[in-house]
Amino acid sequence: MVAAGDWRLKNNLPDIGGLRAYLSDHSGYQQLGFDTGQLAHWDTGFCTFLLSVIELTKSTGIKVDLSGLPEGVFRLLTLATAVPQVKDTGRQPQATGNLHKIGQATIDFANGIPAAMHFLGEAALAFIQFFKGKAQYKRADLFLIIQEVGPNALPIVTLISFLVGLILAYMGAVQLQQFGAQIFIADLVGIGMVREMAGLMTGIIMAGRSGAAFAAQLGTMQVNEEIDALKTLGISPIEYLVLPRMLALIMMVPLLALYGSIVGMIAGMVIAVSAFDVTVFEYYNQTLRALDMQQFLVGLSKATVYGVLIAYSGCLRGMQSGRSASAVGEATTSAVVTSIVLIVVAASILTIVFQALGI
Amino acid sequence: MAATEQQASPDRAHISLSDLTMAYGDFIIQRDLSFDINHEDIFIIMGGSGCGKSTLLKHLIGLMAPVRGDIEYDGVNFWKSSPQEQDKLKHQFGVLFQSGALWSSQTLAENVALSIEEYTDLGKKQISEVVSYKLALVGLAGYEDFYPSEISGGMRKRAGLARAMALDPEILFFDEPSAGLDPISAKRLDELILELRDSLKTTVVVVTHELASIFDIGNNSVFLDAETKTMIATGDPSKLRTDCPEAKVREFLNRGKT
Repeated sequence: MVAAGDWRLKNNLPDIGGLRAYLSDHSGYQQLGFDTGQLAHWDTGFCTFLLSVIELTKSTGIKVDLSGLPEGVFRLLTLATAVPQVKDTGRQPQATGNLHKIGQATIDFANGIPAAMHFLGEAALAFIQFFKGKAQYKRADLFLIIQEVGPNALPIVTLISFLVGLILAYMGAVQLQQFGAQIFIADLVGIGMVREMAGLMTGIIMAGRSGAAFAAQLGTMQVNEEIDALKTLGISPIEYLVLPRMLALIMMVPLLALYGSIVGMIAGMVIAVSAFDVTVFEYYNQTLRALDMQQFLVGLSKATVYGVLIAYSGCLRGMQSGRSASAVGEATTSAVVTSIVLIVVAASILTIVFQALGI
Repeated sequence: MAATEQQASPDRAHISLSDLTMAYGDFIIQRDLSFDINHEDIFIIMGGSGCGKSTLLKHLIGLMAPVRGDIEYDGVNFWKSSPQEQDKLKHQFGVLFQSGALWSSQTLAENVALSIEEYTDLGKKQISEVVSYKLALVGLAGYEDFYPSEISGGMRKRAGLARAMALDPEILFFDEPSAGLDPISAKRLDELILELRDSLKTTVVVVTHELASIFDIGNNSVFLDAETKTMIATGDPSKLRTDCPEAKVREFLNRGKT
């Protein structure tokens, strides 16, 4: 084989297919030698080409004589073949076909369930320790997290609840006005906000805000070996990290939902008073008549469930996170998706259950 | 503090491994590891990259369960103990992770103080004195209120050491202590390790491939081989350097020159 001119990565190296075709047409070659007298410049592109030539000759049973190559090329080739390619790396082959991928995803999903259950059990045990007063966590941490997920979320909860209240009021008012029943805007907004919307909206906001934050925090701690460091001290990361986060969300989401429903009702009143000839006093009285303690309890219990679900998915995904930057990203995404799915599913189930119970 | 409490007879090995096999799922990392780490040893775990040194360390500090085989601390079998007993054993460990693994949301003082708060009855003032002393030992006096992100990598490593030493553990584990340190700091760290062993009678287990360190501080070692997936030598590294029958070990300890 004669190689001449420039053989560099940027010079568009020739394809090995030509040689393969030539060899399959002309059988009977015993040995391959190289003539590189005309070779001008070369770099690792030449070596890569030669490696695939050697690979090809191996399969056709032709011996290769490397002595004709420049000294440097020869040394680089020996260097690359010095350590044999590792075959048994314990890696699963990547799924290729679509069917294969669907199957793999299903298996991964099924494999994830025991881990999720295990985490649920550990969290439950941590709560038992907490009620016994034996949980290992820092009270200061708990207050910091409460501050972060509660009061600091007030602006966004205010904004969203106000707008949802406004939308509810407008939507209802247009229909109710046809019957001259604008006053029932108060019922619609009050019951709608207190029972359903405030909790649901707060839940979704908190999933994006705090659930994602928890997953990212715990995931990063996983990357930095901070969680391993806790374990080696005999401190349970579930009690030390997960418990305060769960407690904070379980306490704060219902409170935020309560606050959100009040803001929503104020928005409803603003619409009713400004656009639909209802007085402030009438609206206030009608709201009082529409709502009783039971409505609030329904709303608060739903919001508490959402709080549990957000904290659970955020902490679960964070603790399961792999040890790389992209794994933390995936954990965060998955935390938000999991909690929103769980919230919406729980909202539907609870609404049906409460309806069936007549509450 | 804890050093004298559970001191077993010195002739018994402090840590004893028998037939240990480590694996991730079906992929075996190392098999049939059996060796002893004696009291007050500075024990080096060495081997080429990817041979399972750090995985072995994870097994020794109770983060990963072996597939087969036992690890005993002063005769107590770690993986056959109840979780409570395991926690108790873990309190005798101090671990310095490769990157320090300081809790990033806490100041250096809080990092060092955590285990002292959890496991002793000392008052606030005493704790802060102990913490300042430990930080001073590693040359970080005055950095109590810094957060891990505000200091350099080498300082983080030293702070990690202060945290590992917080409860005066009986066994100190180091994962690549000198990686990322300049030669002077690495040398100082080695001196500190020797000093801790001599004065506090600590058993030290070090994962490293820093030859200078290996010969300066190590008096016992194990060599893990990635190809055969088992240990091929154990003993004093400076003796292994010349007398080991395995060419691979001599080559490693002489930087490739045999």
